[in-house]
Formats: sequence, structure tokens, C-alpha cells
Amino acid sequence: MWCKLTGVYADEAKGGSTVSEHNGKKMTGAQCLITALEDAGVETIFGYPGGHALALYDALYDSEKLTHVLVRHEQAAVHAADGYARATGKVGCVLVTSGPGATNTVTGIATACMDSIPVVIITGQVPTVVLGSDAFQESDMTGVTLPIVKHSYLVKDASELASTVAQAFHIASTGRPGPVVIDVPSDLARKSGVVYKYPDEVKLQSYKPTYKGNARQVKQVARALRTAKRPVIYAGGGIISSGASKELAQLSEMLRIPVATTLEGKGCYPEDSELNLGMLGMHGSTAANFALRDADFVFAIGTRFSDRSTGRPGAFAPHARVAHIDIDPAEIGKNRKADIPIVGDAKTVLAAIVGELKKEDVKPATEAWLTQVLTWVREHPFAYEPCEDHVQPQRVLELLDAMTNDRDTIITTDVGQHQMWASQYLHTDRPRTFLSSGGAGTMGFGLPAAMGAQIAFPKSRVVCITGDGSLQMNIQEMATIHGNKLPVKVLLLDNNCLGMVHQMQELFLEGRYSETDFFGNPDFAMLARAFGWSAFELENPQELESMMHAWLDEEGPSLLWIKIPVSEDVFPMIPEGKTVDDAIGITNVGAKEGE
Amino acid sequence: MSRILSIWVDNKPGVLARIAGLVSRRGFNIESLAVSDTEDTTRSHVTMVVDADEIIVEQVTKQLNKLINVYKVSDLTDADHIDRELVLFKVSAEAAQRGEIIELASIFRARIVDVAANTLTVEATGTTDKLEAMENLLDAYGIKEIIRSGKIAIPRG
Ligand SMILES: Cc1ncc(C[n+]2csc(CCOP(=O)(O)OP(=O)(O)O)c2C)c(N)n1
Repeated sequence: MWCKLTGVYADEAKGGSTVSEHNGKKMTGAQCLITALEDAGVETIFGYPGGHALALYDALYDSEKLTHVLVRHEQAAVHAADGYARATGKVGCVLVTSGPGATNTVTGIATACMDSIPVVIITGQVPTVVLGSDAFQESDMTGVTLPIVKHSYLVKDASELASTVAQAFHIASTGRPGPVVIDVPSDLARKSGVVYKYPDEVKLQSYKPTYKGNARQVKQVARALRTAKRPVIYAGGGIISSGASKELAQLSEMLRIPVATTLEGKGCYPEDSELNLGMLGMHGSTAANFALRDADFVFAIGTRFSDRSTGRPGAFAPHARVAHIDIDPAEIGKNRKADIPIVGDAKTVLAAIVGELKKEDVKPATEAWLTQVLTWVREHPFAYEPCEDHVQPQRVLELLDAMTNDRDTIITTDVGQHQMWASQYLHTDRPRTFLSSGGAGTMGFGLPAAMGAQIAFPKSRVVCITGDGSLQMNIQEMATIHGNKLPVKVLLLDNNCLGMVHQMQELFLEGRYSETDFFGNPDFAMLARAFGWSAFELENPQELESMMHAWLDEEGPSLLWIKIPVSEDVFPMIPEGKTVDDAIGITNVGAKEGE
Repeated sequence: MSRILSIWVDNKPGVLARIAGLVSRRGFNIESLAVSDTEDTTRSHVTMVVDADEIIVEQVTKQLNKLINVYKVSDLTDADHIDRELVLFKVSAEAAQRGEIIELASIFRARIVDVAANTLTVEATGTTDKLEAMENLLDAYGIKEIIRSGKIAIPRG
């Protein structure tokens, strides 16, 4: 079942029993909260204390089960918990104080919400008696976060703290996952003699996500898949959160249907498989975009037809009938009408469809279509003109791809050109190993997310790919990473500008580079060393490969700083609101003249 | 077009803010909103009238259903239902015109609830059509103020 994959359930954490051993004990409100986090299966909390979180932190001091990571900025605490959640499938957990501590988490929460990542954020709050009086460090946290949470609580009764935690973890991790905020007034945390009661089971009358797809619609999709001449599977992050990779592979291989993934779906299907066309959309693979342009049937799974994937609405997959699986009914029909809508969990529904298909002889009928699609793959790969004068970012990423084949590696990215090159040139063969802020596109995500992933998987190699703009948005976390002895590797592709915006100004605003060039950037190697990191600065392009090896072989955290020219752009590019036929910079390898 | 949504929610603080916030954030215009307790003390009921077409209302309904505190949303517009609104009209009325206004009110089964030196306050309930007709007639005397409750609705049977 899906919740197994998230692995966070109290019953799992405690080996099957669902009744807390602490039930009935009297303790302070703060102890209730901390005990409830333990009962919810939390192991690591990312946070930052303050006045109205004093009692909570005091209770945490006694916890033997919870490890706290003291970040340097609350935004980074949420990104780290988010990275931890993306890498593990468990719920990430954050604890911060009221007022500025709480509002600092907002960008992190919005980032998690846009990509449906399960995170529980606990914020201190002023005492209930002064709530609403603009007391020192009061901010209306449930109000501020209203549009960017799956749910939120302002707890008013200390006896409800434990059950609120249980509900929050249940809501964050089930259905379409997302962030949940729990705001805890400090008087409740300080209150003593509270009877602890962690619910054996969470039941919410008004919240019952649908997991199983409607049987009639399952049959309909199976029939449509059998008869489609030019089918494409359009796979999103929902495959990863549902753990449906195996079922997706079964389906696509059995009928030989090509798969295009979104940025969030990267890794849901091995990228070295010939049926994987890569990422679709604005900077996606031309083969994927051509395939969607010409498809007669699109099977969208766990994805939301976002503008970065579809380009101009109405021009996306214009000839296709659409079947759409999503666990969130509101996504179905929101951006594209679904001819066959299925509300349900991707894994459960895909398994049912595969079962349905197996009832009859399965004969793939897509060979002609596949031949065409694979021709596109061959003719229009991600490629660049090699050049000797400077280091090319694409080349760096190709090398990184080859060098990280040897052992398990988790990649995180920041946002910008480097992110798109990473998505184009790195082959991701497993889910939860390419972590990137897609929906929100949050610069500053990469480094703290890498920290979260590395804490979850201390033995894995975790590499953050970043730009000089993004890195400086949460660079303070180098201290946290050093302090916690995390061997995070950072690849800085430094073009001394806000490259992605610069590229748009170059292409669409006649080179009017308004405020995208940096003046006074630091010496990043010195800076990293000041944080206790080792640092490599590439000066001679000839040394690229050997330096990359040395960098990856470092035992502790290490920065590789590579200067690249501003002139490197991300191609292909479909301009906003246009279609693949208007794309700029499509490669043409071995195509016949005049084609 | 106006559509009437009937929404059952948890009777908890902040739930109305979630509903109103969601609807306005997604760019839908709320025409009226009426909130009250129900026969079940743990639940409240909201009647919301939005100006939107069917497709948009479907999206609003789905988004509302996603809120953890929302139990049920139904679109009563095309269902067999009864809807009512309460209106208070404060009308200019010199002594000479009082009789006419009182007569008009009684035709609409409305009541006079306040009399002052030069105003009368009329309380009327009914469907939007009826109340609009009444408003048009009262306009001739000079309406100083109108306060409406917002629509409430219930399915028949
Ligand atoms: C927090 C935030 N602010 C602004 C932006 C807008 N933005 C998108 S990409 C980009 C440039 C990123 O620069 P850098 O990190 O150096 O990466 P590059 O594009 O140069 O690889 C900017 C400013 C954003 N996505 N996030």
C-alpha cells in the first residue's frame, strides 16, 4: 500500500503496534508535543529556537529519539525537511519560534506545497491570552500560510496537542501529500499535568482520499491503450510520491508506449530506457515534445498539466484524447479536459490497468509510432558545440553523470540554467534521487535540500548543483553542513550573473540586461573554506576531469567552483506561450538535407 | 451566472477564512455568503452564491472539497430547492406617504419594523425576484438604505 512507502506511520515505526506506550501519562504540553513527534515516527527535526518555542525546545532537550539539526535560517529548515522528505518518502519535520522565525519558513512551505511534499511545520506562538493583540513576535501564522498549506492548526487546548500531531502527519502523508502547519501558543506548551493521548488511528470524517480507481474507467483506459496508434505516457511527480515506478514500467513495456516525464517526475522511469523520452516542456527534449504534439492518446499520470510542461494551453497534445489519473480530483480537468478521468492513487490504479490488460493477449501495436519517436530521439538529442576555450556546463554535467554512475547518488539542484542543464544531461534511473524545486522554482532550495537528503542517507553521495545567484540565497547552511559533518558536494556553475533571467533578456528583450549581472561576488573558494569546507577552483580547463574526481573523493563537504561564460544558454527553448514548432535551438543530428 | 453552493463545514474558528480565501484566491467572485450553526453542533453551514459558469463552479467545488474542514459541497442551482433572502429597506416616508408604503408592504407580505419621523423600515423575505420587484416599487419613495442577509437555500423534500 501507498502508506508503506512513505514509511512514516506510527505503527511501522513501532513495529506494528499502534497504541502509544505513553498514553495516560501526565506531562507538560511541550512534552506531549515532543512525545507525539516520536510516536509519529519522526527521527530528525530541522529547526531554530526562540522565546515562544522555549518550552518546546526544553522538552526536546530530554528526547532520546529525536535528533535536532540547528540550521542558520528557518527557510533552510523547511527546505532541508523537504529534501529529507523527497529523498525518503517520509514526512519532514520543522520546529521554529513565533513571529519572524515562523514567517521565515513561508518560502519553504510554498515550495513544498507546489511540489506536493509532506512536511509538518511546528511554530511557536504567543500565549493564548494575548493572541490577536500584536504581542511581541506575534504573527498570524495560520493566516499567513493559508494559501500554501494542505492544512493548518492553531492549537487552543493542550490536551489536543498529541492528536493534532497525529492528524497533521496523517494529512501531510496521505492523499496528495503537502505541508501542514501546527501553531502552538507558548502557554499550552508550558502547561503541566496534561494527560497524553496519542490516537491509535486517525479518522477524519471530512478527509478520505480515494486510492482505488473506478473499475469502469480502468477498463476504459485499458481499451484506449490497446487501440491507440500514437500513445504517450506523460508521467509526473505523483508516480514518485505514490511509489508507482514498477507499475509504470510494466505498463509502458508491455504495450511499448514511450514515456515523457516532468521535472518532478524525473527518476520515476529509468532514463537509460529507450522508451523514456526525457523531460517534456519548455527546456525539455524535442522528442518528448514532438511525441506529445503528434500523439493520438495521452495518458497523464500524477501530473497537473503545468504551463512549464504544456506551453500554450490549448496547443498541447492537440490531437490527443486524454486519460488522467490523479489522487487529487481538483487536478482532473483543471488545465486540460480529461476524456477518461480517474481519481485514485497512481500505483493502485496502474496495477489495476495492468491487471486488466493481462486478461487478454497483449500485443504492442505501436512499432511504427515508436520508430518515428526513436528517430526524433536520435536526431534531436540534448547536445552542444564543443569548444576548447572555456569550460562548458553541459560537459561538466556529462562528466558528473558518468562519474556518479559508480554508486548511489542523490542530486539536488537550485533554480536557473544550471537546473535545466542538470535535468537535460544527468540520467536519473531511480525515483527520489533528483530533487528540484519545480512548481515554485525556489532559488536557495538546493543546498539545504542536499543537507536534508544527506542526513537521511549518510552513506549516499549527495551533490547539489547550483549557480552563483542561488547558492548565495542560503549559503549560510554551509555552516550547518560543516557542523553536522555532512559530506555534501556542491557544484557551483558560476556565470557571475542570474543566468536564466539573463538568457531571457538576451532572447526576448534585445539584450537589455537589467540587474542580472553581479558585481562584488565573493571568492567562493575562500568563503567555503571559511565555513570549514574544502574547495576546488578550476582555473585550467584541462584539469576539469581530474579536479572533479578529487572533489567527489573528498571525505567532508566540498565545493567545486567552475567559472563558465555568460554566453552559454539553455536550449532547446520553447518561448512562453508557444509550441514546440516555435522552439529555439533544436539540434539536428544526421537529419537529411531539407528535412 | 449566479450559482448557489451549499457547504457543510466543521464548526471551528478560521474555517470561514479558509473558504473565503480559497474562493477569492482562485479569482471567483462571491456574491453573497451566509453562515450559521446547524442541527449538529459540530457543524456549520454556508450558503455561498458565486457568479461563475458551470465549469468554474465545478473547479471551485473540487477545491472546496479539498479543504480538510469541508464535509460536503453541493451546487443547488439546478436542483429542486427553496431559496430565501431577508432584506431590510429604510424608506423615506413623510406622514402623508406612510399609508401607501404600508399597503405596498402588506401586498408583499412584508412587515414594518421601525417607524421614525420621516422614515419607515420594512422587513421582507422571499426569493431574489420578489425582493427586486419590491425594491423597484419602494424606490419611488426614496430608499435610504438596504441591508440584505445573503441567500440561504435548502433542497426540497
Ligand atoms: C527566490 C527566487 N528569486 C528569483 C527567482 C527568479 N529567477 C529564476 S532563475 C534566476 C537566476 C538564477 O541564477 P543562478 O542561481 O546564478 O543560476 P543560473 O541561471 O545562472 O544557472 C532568477 C533570478 C527565483 N526563481 N527564485
